[in-house]
Amino acid sequence: MSASNLNFEDWMALTQLYADYASAVDSGDWDLWPEFFTDDCVYRLQPRENHERGFPLATLSFTSKGMLKDRVYGIKETLFHDPYYQRHVVGAPIVRSVDGGRLRCEANYAVFRTKLSELSTVFNVGRYLDTVVRTPAGFKFASRECVYDSEMIPNSIIYPI
Amino acid sequence: MDAVLHWEGNGTHRIPFGAYTSDELYRRELDRFFYQGHWCYVGLEAEVPKPGDYKRTVIGERSVIMVRDADGGINVVENVCAHRGMRFCRERHGNRKEFVCPYHQWSYTLKGDLQGVPFRRGVKQDGQVLGGMPADFKTSEHGLTKLKVATRGGVVFASFDHEVEPLEEFLGPAILGYFDRLFNGRKLTILGYNRQRIPGNWKLMQENIKDPYHPGLLHTWFVTFGLWRADNKSQLRMDDRHRHAAMISTRGTGGRAEQVTQVSSFKETMQLHDASFLDIVPEPWWNGPTAVMTTIFPSVILQQQVNSVSTRHIQPDGHGSFDFVWTHFGFEDDSEEMTQRRLRQANLFGPAGFVSADDGEVIEFSQQAFESKPFHRTLAELGGHEVEDTEHMVTETLIRGMYRYWREVMEAER
Repeated sequence: MSASNLNFEDWMALTQLYADYASAVDSGDWDLWPEFFTDDCVYRLQPRENHERGFPLATLSFTSKGMLKDRVYGIKETLFHDPYYQRHVVGAPIVRSVDGGRLRCEANYAVFRTKLSELSTVFNVGRYLDTVVRTPAGFKFASRECVYDSEMIPNSIIYPI
Repeated sequence: MDAVLHWEGNGTHRIPFGAYTSDELYRRELDRFFYQGHWCYVGLEAEVPKPGDYKRTVIGERSVIMVRDADGGINVVENVCAHRGMRFCRERHGNRKEFVCPYHQWSYTLKGDLQGVPFRRGVKQDGQVLGGMPADFKTSEHGLTKLKVATRGGVVFASFDHEVEPLEEFLGPAILGYFDRLFNGRKLTILGYNRQRIPGNWKLMQENIKDPYHPGLLHTWFVTFGLWRADNKSQLRMDDRHRHAAMISTRGTGGRAEQVTQVSSFKETMQLHDASFLDIVPEPWWNGPTAVMTTIFPSVILQQQVNSVSTRHIQPDGHGSFDFVWTHFGFEDDSEEMTQRRLRQANLFGPAGFVSADDGEVIEFSQQAFESKPFHRTLAELGGHEVEDTEHMVTETLIRGMYRYWREVMEAER
């Protein structure tokens, strides 16, 4: 099935998934984040440089929902960091292909960071390369790769992109 | 010198905030540490495997190019055209037969020799030669600035100072031993890069990896899983001039121990949902230690933390900021499982790492305070006031050692 044959309900569900994800990772309730993924998911945050040159290293590379939960624990309990707000602006997804219940999608994103008593700044800019699957609980990410253009991480990235 | 620092106790156990906040001192650091008398890291040979391959990087604040020439040799040249001074190389990596500055098409060999100057002989018009370079212009006098290059174990160092001592003497026997342990002649494979900009003085990153006091306190992961704890078997080693150091640690059994359960960041009940983050497999070349963190002054940190190995390049930019570039690598004889293991353990390190992200944070917040009261000083008195190798890590002796060397060089009359 080609992308243009996606029915209206599925398109609505897909755009809702993208909007919900952005809302969740900006909410500060980090426990919401792993629930967007399947149990054996892939989540990667990778510099565009590594992606395009075929280097496998990612800034973060998780291969199970359990690892995402461990990251949430890290954010909440073990990683000392300056608190900040983040705000995702995510473009409409491009559906590249539909194969049964698996959708290959992409979307541009920009994340702004606001530290306490500071100005808002552009934090991380890139695109999501996703595999979305249909599950009994609705669409989930089987894979979400965040490939970022931003050449320098402004000191650190703590919260999920 | 105009920027006079007051060193309480006349040792190096109380470090003036002003050492991190003065532009004048920073300019002198660039001259005396990055541009003279020292070897600086530029990269790994595996980044430029084929003739013509190049990588653009920096030493101090100067842009340089590491390039492999047709003979297979590695050259490092400064990215400044001999003509009008332009930083002509804009790509960060690639493959070239020659370097050409786009401004006036001056061209250079991969060894940095000037080979072509357009209209050098002028133009002929009506039987006359017009313009051109003077008759006494010699291309041999106008090459790119060539740096002295040393390679060892696949690692490339360079120096603007052609009188610099040999790399092996610069490192000294103790540090050379730990260098050779990691880079023992096997070919390296590049796994990729992480780049972060840390708004703090560059020395704070050297100090962070000369400070074995914090990992078992700040880094909850390290404490809880026994990767780095105050009660681990450990040694601290320096070269004779105390500028370089190695922190050597052997992983404990983890779990409860009287000394660590007093540490508030120790989380006895912390359990991973996915234990593969800590799928550690000992490698023969370790010869015991599970972590060796080596600081090569002034420009690079060599990381072995269990199966994760990387170089961390310090690229200063003004007194209050530096770029920190991580190059993770593996070895040619790694199995696919080992490569995946190194990549998985890389989650602990880098600008988002479970362990390393907070190092950048504490450096930023230290710098903030230094800027607000440069007359004040830090304390580095754990383990006393002296500078010495130790068989434990409850000491800040390596920081004191680095500042003893810093004072020698920075206070010397020139």
